Amino acid sequence: MTLEFHLNGRRHAVRDVPPNVTALDYIREHLRLTGAKEGCAEGDCGACTVVLAAGPEGGRTFRAVNACLLTLPHLNGADVLTVEGLADGDGLDPVQAAMADGDGTQCGYCTPGFVMALYALRRGPEEIGGEIDPETVHDALAGNLCRCTGYRPIVDAAVKACGEKASEEAGPGGGSAHAPARATDRYEAGGQAFLSPTGLDEMAEALADNPDAYILAGGTDLGLLAAKERQKLPVVIHTGRVAELLEIRDEPDHLEFGAAVTYTDALPLIGRDYPSFATLIKRIGSRQIRNMGTIGGNIGNASPIGDTPPCLIALDAVLSLHSRDGPRRMPIEDFFLDYRKTDLRPGEFIRSVRIPKPKAGEAFRTYKISKRYDQDISSVIGAYRIAVADGAVRDARIAYGGMAATPKRARACEAAITGSAWREDALMEAARAVDEDFEPLSDHRASAAYRSMVARNLFARLWRDISGADEPLDVALIR
Amino acid sequence: MSGPETATSDIVGAAHARLRHDSAVKHVTGDAVYVDDMPPLPGTLEIFPVVSPHAHATIVSVDIAEALRAPGVAGIFGAGDIPGKNDIAPIFSDEPILADGLAEYAGQPVLIVAADTYDLGRDAARLIDIGYEVLDPVLTIDEALEKGQFTYPPHSVVRGDAEGAIEAAPRRVSGEVSCGGQDHFYLESQVALAVPGEDRDITVHASTQHPTEVQRGVAHVLGIEINDVLVEVRRMGGAFGGKETQATGIAALAALAAALTGRPAKLRLRRDDDMIVTGKRHDYRFRYEAGFGEDGRLEGVKIEMATRSGNVADCSSGVMARALCHADNCYYLPHVRFDGLPCKTNTVSATAFRGFGGPQGMLAIETVIEHVAAELGKPVDDIRRINYYGDGGRNVTPYGQTVKDNIIVELTERLMREVDFEGRARAVDDFNAANATLKKGIALMPVKFGISFNLPTLNQGGALVHVYTDGSVHLNHGGTEMGQGLFVKVAQVVASTFQIDIDRIKISSTRTDKVPNTSATAASSGSDINGMAAHIAATEIKQRMARAAADHFGVETGSVEFRANRVYAGNESISFAECAHLAWRARESLSATGFYRTPDISWDAKTMTGSPFYYYTYGACIAEAVIDTLTGESRVLKADILQDVGNSLNPAIDMGQIEGAFVQGMGWLTSEELVWDEDGHLKTHGPSTYKIPGSRDVPPEFNVHILEDAPNMVPTIFRSKAIGEPPLMLAISVWLAIRDAVARTGGRKVFPRLDAPATPEAILMAIEDVRERANQLPSPLTGEG
Repeated sequence: MTLEFHLNGRRHAVRDVPPNVTALDYIREHLRLTGAKEGCAEGDCGACTVVLAAGPEGGRTFRAVNACLLTLPHLNGADVLTVEGLADGDGLDPVQAAMADGDGTQCGYCTPGFVMALYALRRGPEEIGGEIDPETVHDALAGNLCRCTGYRPIVDAAVKACGEKASEEAGPGGGSAHAPARATDRYEAGGQAFLSPTGLDEMAEALADNPDAYILAGGTDLGLLAAKERQKLPVVIHTGRVAELLEIRDEPDHLEFGAAVTYTDALPLIGRDYPSFATLIKRIGSRQIRNMGTIGGNIGNASPIGDTPPCLIALDAVLSLHSRDGPRRMPIEDFFLDYRKTDLRPGEFIRSVRIPKPKAGEAFRTYKISKRYDQDISSVIGAYRIAVADGAVRDARIAYGGMAATPKRARACEAAITGSAWREDALMEAARAVDEDFEPLSDHRASAAYRSMVARNLFARLWRDISGADEPLDVALIR
Repeated sequence: MSGPETATSDIVGAAHARLRHDSAVKHVTGDAVYVDDMPPLPGTLEIFPVVSPHAHATIVSVDIAEALRAPGVAGIFGAGDIPGKNDIAPIFSDEPILADGLAEYAGQPVLIVAADTYDLGRDAARLIDIGYEVLDPVLTIDEALEKGQFTYPPHSVVRGDAEGAIEAAPRRVSGEVSCGGQDHFYLESQVALAVPGEDRDITVHASTQHPTEVQRGVAHVLGIEINDVLVEVRRMGGAFGGKETQATGIAALAALAAALTGRPAKLRLRRDDDMIVTGKRHDYRFRYEAGFGEDGRLEGVKIEMATRSGNVADCSSGVMARALCHADNCYYLPHVRFDGLPCKTNTVSATAFRGFGGPQGMLAIETVIEHVAAELGKPVDDIRRINYYGDGGRNVTPYGQTVKDNIIVELTERLMREVDFEGRARAVDDFNAANATLKKGIALMPVKFGISFNLPTLNQGGALVHVYTDGSVHLNHGGTEMGQGLFVKVAQVVASTFQIDIDRIKISSTRTDKVPNTSATAASSGSDINGMAAHIAATEIKQRMARAAADHFGVETGSVEFRANRVYAGNESISFAECAHLAWRARESLSATGFYRTPDISWDAKTMTGSPFYYYTYGACIAEAVIDTLTGESRVLKADILQDVGNSLNPAIDMGQIEGAFVQGMGWLTSEELVWDEDGHLKTHGPSTYKIPGSRDVPPEFNVHILEDAPNMVPTIFRSKAIGEPPLMLAISVWLAIRDAVARTGGRKVFPRLDAPATPEAILMAIEDVRERANQLPSPLTGEG
């Protein structure tokens, strides 16, 4: 079959290019559009940022993504904008003009990526009246690294160019609502197949027929195999078009997110019910990553340093799994068996994750510790759900990441406080139990001693936080 | 010699004007072309490097037979295939581009696979079988010192009798502090494209700060003459010192493949390979002893400065010389012994990085100063003040140069006054009294940085200027553009010299066939030496044009004046273009080379004495940081900078250099941590594991001021000063502020040991250590005021 997409308003049809070729390589090497750069091939520097436009005219969304992590078939049906598509003759886009005039460029290598990230911000959904806040700019640029400027002029340019939005302006992509190309069920080239089912049953069939296939969602983790490892992946099954996996349900007692729902799409509801969780999600990855990555993927790859699983364990989330043999449900806690090993059976995949809504008397907090605030992997992440009734801890669910081979519940810590009075000394008891629960490793992110110390000390933060201490508790919030 | 003093501004783009980068529009549209963006020539090969997985190993066998048969492979080459000499050492010798029988660091290139595509090369490389006999690696400073293994003989800066002075002093401190290395993390990784030509000619499009060294290195490796090699550099996607010597090996490998296959060959290191294969900033461990009076005045200072130089010397001797010559920073030290120990280790060679040893030396002496203050229980800025360079004998550096342009006292006092340092310090006290979890710290960092390459020979620059008969100008010089704005600055100089608008001047790529035998664009010297060379060339042409104009108007040459795109003789005038045409008709040469050598500098590398620096540049920063006593997380809240740039050639460009250098320095000292495992493998080799600052890490209050009305005392080009490196060291204020916050967790009763980078772990462990030593409130769950 043929892949079809639009790029800077022009239609492209692709066949015979292997599906493990990244969108970036295709754009640079096949189309010879060399504005987007490969800075890292791991979605961390943003030099490859392009924008995906979607939706009908008037309601189009513009989302920045890392072209280095997307494989070519991810683009099927997409409307892609690259830096070459922004200027109209000599007329620069306001973002480009502000960057050029405001000394936002030095060596220029990161610049196309910054321009595209800011273009997405300028045309993005933020409800901003007149002025844009530097915090929003930092959020929009968390996935773009610049080594020359020190960012100040870039942030100023962003404030200037994105402050006054023209939401309905015509522009590349936006002016000509392309009918999305018809989804290709099976794209094959170079001895590799990329399967893109559109329904749950098709997905189950595809996986049953190809039990060793890689299940690919946004590509923010698995995409590295193509981008960095240059691996040929014999069969890939893409979840991003399976209607059931894209569902979001806001039920009276729970939220349910399909496995292919992106962080970006999940964020509003999570932010409403669990602000602390939402703050964490914004630190898991940049906007580019959140626009591509999915909670389902974060669960499925079962990394010991994934950030959502400890939260989901603490929240008693329940997974819906699916296969040709039918559905199955299990508490997420039981899903992680060992290092990168899960309870998924052959032919089975994650359909959705169900998160109970907060109940009266419950508090949920999660704290992430890393070397850098944005876009960094945690040395330690703690997630805590504490239910207090009549001055006593009725229930405590605590989980940590970065402390063991899997995201793991801290049962000794939980036991230390459950049933005791809601007081500081109860939390100090829990802190002492950290060493019973965990024997962390030392690596390049942190030593075992540091991890244990922080895991204990976070109980002090938790107490001060929940009990409403009259002091700031997060260096990121200090002015 | 007396230099040009001022530049007037009745033209567009004169010197001193705020102009954006000359490529700014091309940057934002994606039209700026970097080496990897060049349209591929037919038959271009891509190179996949095969590197040693071992830090130290004998290579006992190499089997490439199967790989050679793999699809798309044009050749696989090792040390034995090199037609010339397997050596690209910039200063010493025996620094191979491909390991020859012995691998000396994990990541050292052993073979290159040249194939139709990178992926095919990579596939073929999997079929190569290299037999290694693993040897014990030497990975740490202590191991190297124990074995007495250095990359070149250690040297010292010595004045007077440091031991005696320390012994005799009323008070003493001693201690140890370390700082880590730093990856350059230029966004464009190392890349070169070599294209074979007629005979044995080879053209190399390289991303290098030092085209001449690439030219020499390629000639050396291929066994051809320097004139057979042409190196061209239009722009780099960042460099920061990382492409001063490290680009040479990359280019030489590309040239080797091109020469041996007869096809164009490109080597672009992917990010992880770039970080593993190429050098970084030198890490250092300092052991210090100081003797001082009750007032804090230093009498004797002794510092052992040991660095991991890596597997080869590279430019470590230069870095060490600058470290030794900057461990005084702004302070007069009567008796000094600084010993520089370049440890040879089985790690990638450390190399040039913005500051070039200066930041490390300064970090050491600032630790001494702060330790003295802590010991005496006095405000650290009193200790700084009493030790600043002054007059009457207190103005000679340990290496013998007299500091003639010192403005550090006025500059720091002005900054402290303008930011209300005392009020700010009180506010920090108040915050700390009111908060148990978070603690703030505040600190001043003064900087004096010597400008010129330590080695006098390198302080030379060349330019080539043509004027065409339509009055348009072609400008070329030996400096390279890595984003720092050198090209626009030099164009401004030429615009001012000719008194024409800058858009008449074509900025062109750096080429070894236009300006030969150049120095690296490094040591912050780019605009000083190339700007002056271009001015000299333009002045030469201008004099010839004036002669033609004088003939035309029938006046003396001396009365011809260039002003506002015109050439005047009294009330009469012609356009610059008309004058150019006139000069051509009069058979005047409208092309000239310019050459500049920095005057009045000297250096004796044997005694480590002399006056290596043409002048010093000064700056200061006051930074405020907050730390979390439960987790060690930190954040910089405010930074106020006052920086001397002389008469700035372009304040917009200089501002960018100051801000960018500061943030880069901040990264070095906070979040950027290089970690090697016990076998010598670098574990932090991509942005997912190695964390340079992001936009949110920049202080939310970041005020940068350029010192006004501060012309350089010596006649540099339009009395400007160098700016590339000095502001990086202002970021030491951030580390000092964090250390101040840590000290406050122990009630400032003990002097904290805080190594750089101050990661959350380093900070939390320092807090624990301080609290333990201060014997205060053992529970980590309880803060104090």
